[in-house]
Amino acid sequence: MNGARWETVIGLEVHAQLSTRSKIFSGAATAFGAAPNTQACAVDLALPGVLPVLNRGAVERAIRFALAIGARINRINVFDRKNYFYPDLPKGYQISQFALPIVEAGALTIGVDDGEKVIRITRAHLEEDAGKSLHEDYHGMTGIDLNRAGTPLLEIVSEPDMRSAKEAVAYARALHTLVTWIGICDGNMQEGSFRVDANVSVRPVGQREFGTRREIKNLNSFRFLEQAIDYEARWQIERIEDGHAIEQATVLFDPDSGETRMMRSKEEAHDYRYFPDPDLLPVKLDEDWIEQLRSALPELPAQKRARYQADLGLSAYDAGALTASRATAEYFEALLAALPQADAKLAANWVMGDLSAALNKVERDIADSPVAPAALASLLGRVQDGTLSGKLAKQVFEAMWAGEGDADTIIAARGLRQLSDSGAIEALIDEVMAANAKSVEEFRAGKEKAFNALVGQVMKASKGKANPAQVNALLRRKLTGMD
Amino acid sequence: MTTLTELAALLATGKTSSVELCQDYLARIAAWNPTLNAFITVDAERTLSEARAADALRAQGRGGALTGVPIAHKDIFCAEGWRTTCGSRMLANFTAPYDASVIERCKAAGMPCLGKTNMDEFAMGSSNETSFFGPVRNPWDVERVPGGSSGGSAAAVAARMAPAATGTDTGGSIRQPAALTGITGLKPSYGVVSRYGMIAFASSLDQGGPMAPGAEDCALLLNVMAGFDARDSTSLERAPEDYTRDLARPLTGVRIGLPREFFGAGLSADTARAVLAAVEELRRQGAETVDVSLPNSGLSVAAYYVLAPAEASSNLSRYDGVRYGHRAAEYRDLTDLYERTRAEGFGTEVKRRIMIGTYVLSHGYYDAYYLQAQKLRRLIARDFEQAFRQCDVILGPTAPATAFRLGEKTADPVAMYLSDIYTIAVNLAGLPGLSLPCGFDTAGLPIGLQLIGDYFTEARLLNVAHQYQCITDWHRRLPAGMS
Repeated sequence: MNGARWETVIGLEVHAQLSTRSKIFSGAATAFGAAPNTQACAVDLALPGVLPVLNRGAVERAIRFALAIGARINRINVFDRKNYFYPDLPKGYQISQFALPIVEAGALTIGVDDGEKVIRITRAHLEEDAGKSLHEDYHGMTGIDLNRAGTPLLEIVSEPDMRSAKEAVAYARALHTLVTWIGICDGNMQEGSFRVDANVSVRPVGQREFGTRREIKNLNSFRFLEQAIDYEARWQIERIEDGHAIEQATVLFDPDSGETRMMRSKEEAHDYRYFPDPDLLPVKLDEDWIEQLRSALPELPAQKRARYQADLGLSAYDAGALTASRATAEYFEALLAALPQADAKLAANWVMGDLSAALNKVERDIADSPVAPAALASLLGRVQDGTLSGKLAKQVFEAMWAGEGDADTIIAARGLRQLSDSGAIEALIDEVMAANAKSVEEFRAGKEKAFNALVGQVMKASKGKANPAQVNALLRRKLTGMD
Repeated sequence: MTTLTELAALLATGKTSSVELCQDYLARIAAWNPTLNAFITVDAERTLSEARAADALRAQGRGGALTGVPIAHKDIFCAEGWRTTCGSRMLANFTAPYDASVIERCKAAGMPCLGKTNMDEFAMGSSNETSFFGPVRNPWDVERVPGGSSGGSAAAVAARMAPAATGTDTGGSIRQPAALTGITGLKPSYGVVSRYGMIAFASSLDQGGPMAPGAEDCALLLNVMAGFDARDSTSLERAPEDYTRDLARPLTGVRIGLPREFFGAGLSADTARAVLAAVEELRRQGAETVDVSLPNSGLSVAAYYVLAPAEASSNLSRYDGVRYGHRAAEYRDLTDLYERTRAEGFGTEVKRRIMIGTYVLSHGYYDAYYLQAQKLRRLIARDFEQAFRQCDVILGPTAPATAFRLGEKTADPVAMYLSDIYTIAVNLAGLPGLSLPCGFDTAGLPIGLQLIGDYFTEARLLNVAHQYQCITDWHRRLPAGMS
């Protein structure tokens, strides 16, 4: 293929499971992982005569999402029935929103190589999830688990605004950050709380019309999303270059082979026979409620990114990394607030450096960090007041991580206090110069490298405790005879 | 036999017990049901144990007005522990695990259940001939139909196998059988009686209501059945009403509207004569009459037979053989399971309506049928709105003719559909409608008169009907040999 000649066009449909405790139309619990069919009530089982009652919490979460993406909130929105038969769809229809969704016309800004890009969000609508068909362990039969049936979903549909798998992943990540940030979704992709369908088409660069798209269903990790889109785009380009037309279809991605394969063609597509659900009245939203939710909305990732750059002087990169999740930003802000001297860069470096590395190593979320912001702040305070060198601080941090106590306790117990007494440092320098006459000679002959070797020796002699800046200054003074 | 008021008095004064009453009615059921087939399920033990509980309540002085008075329930209401078939093979093996709201309310009032009454399959029919459990016969002439779909409840009350019964009315299913069997039946305003646990036919039209010999009985029973229910989103949150409050009100000055469209071609001479005679009677009681017009009422049957099947086709999708109800004994794969189960489980009329409904909701036909019918529905509602500016109550025939012979219209669905020509518009508009007996035709068959009120004027309809019944005895007459 010739990468320069083709352009990939991608739009995403994301199903975010809303974080309500009960289902969207029944009182049954939504918790993940219960024994099959123990969280399915009469309504979820679609017994004869049962009726849906809308969960206000699901509507509230949709409104919060709309506010977070600057979307239009339809003050009157309508639930429709999407009719099709499948064993894990108990009513024979899914209650969804078709003609009048609750959210329309929003946007999300994502970071791309050369800056930022706005991805338009066409709509987001409320709907119920289906159950699960279990094909294993049933001796050739299929088991049906209706625990998930009726779980509230917000289906978020983007415009076809993305032009590469990378952009699609950046958008999906930004969306994931946002829905977890505002607390409407737990974002757990393994459990299916955040599922992505990708509509992919290709067209010659410069062509205005879109190519025929194929939809890749149910991608449950960002890695698979990227792999699937890359594979699908390559496949489509090859097909076209081989003289075939792309036919509209729904496909599945197989993570083992890294390939997409056809699930159903356009001809096999259902006629869902949408019509307004007569069991549910149109949803009418109260202005006061919307305003109340608007004022309760937290500062959003984009707002924080802008503030970190403008007010704290952080780079775009740092601001982006610190707002990758709300917990990270909250940790950073708590740390910064607790520092004896405000130093955003120092706090940012620690959050993104040692802390993040330690957390990644044990796959722990920053919200559950064993070293709390206040504890880390007291450690960094010791760096700021010169008690610890950066290197010693790392040692103390490791001990704090291991649960050995707070920074001052560890410093005292291990005798890690930085040596800043110039008399003591000079004594060490004298010893080192005496023992390394050759290096001293070389330095005086103009070899700068020899200086570093001598610094190393002094630090070693101090067991790493000497204040490096002082060692540097005093050593240079002695060597150049300016003493 | 006796009215609910009289039965309540007998129980209150200890002249009889609920057990004795139930035994009497069960004996009458045993005597007449083999001929009339009004009940699908009778469970004497269950009835008597409910009666004993009611007697115990009364003995403790904790009973209400109707505690101990038995009632028959249309087999469309789920009643815990009772087989609930909806007149279909599909649910012939289904025992409800929960109580419908109406059942719950009757139980709370202490009313023992005498049994589950026969009905057209899924309430689709006007003659009770579509029941999987065989047709119900009219007590006035066993070669004739009792009307439908609440034909079992109507026949049970007409033959005094029950002092009262519940029914449901989607296009006339309470009023038309009430008319054809010489009893009184009321379809309340949409939203007055909870639909929770009432097996859905056409959700936007279905409404439960009382069926009994007289209007006073219906008022007492509606007091039990009506009320807000949070489990039905279309249930209306209104202050509780006493539907007996206006029964004794004189009719002086009541304006009765006579729609010219209800007295035109297609109305049998006997029915026209009896209805107009009743109008004269009401005038003598002080009512005034005004001519009104419902210009779009002629379109109601057409609109109804788009909307009701559309909703039904979706409502009946849950009967797929997967979770409960009938399942084909043998099938090759999933599609075969669905096809055989539904082919075997549903009767001809139900299949016809599922097909019509599926068709009108299909891609490319939705606008021409479903949306068009919704427009007609609004026009029909507007007709009533205008008519009620000139009158308090609209009066006309309930059905174009008296009870027809079994098999007479089964080959001609349209002729069958036209039996509901005067009742359907009321459902489309969501208004209350009441049928009461107003005479007999030359063959000795009962004739029904329909009263239609503005929204929530049930008490007014009951008032007019009761005043008429204070000076007539049509509702007290019994078929020959059934005293």
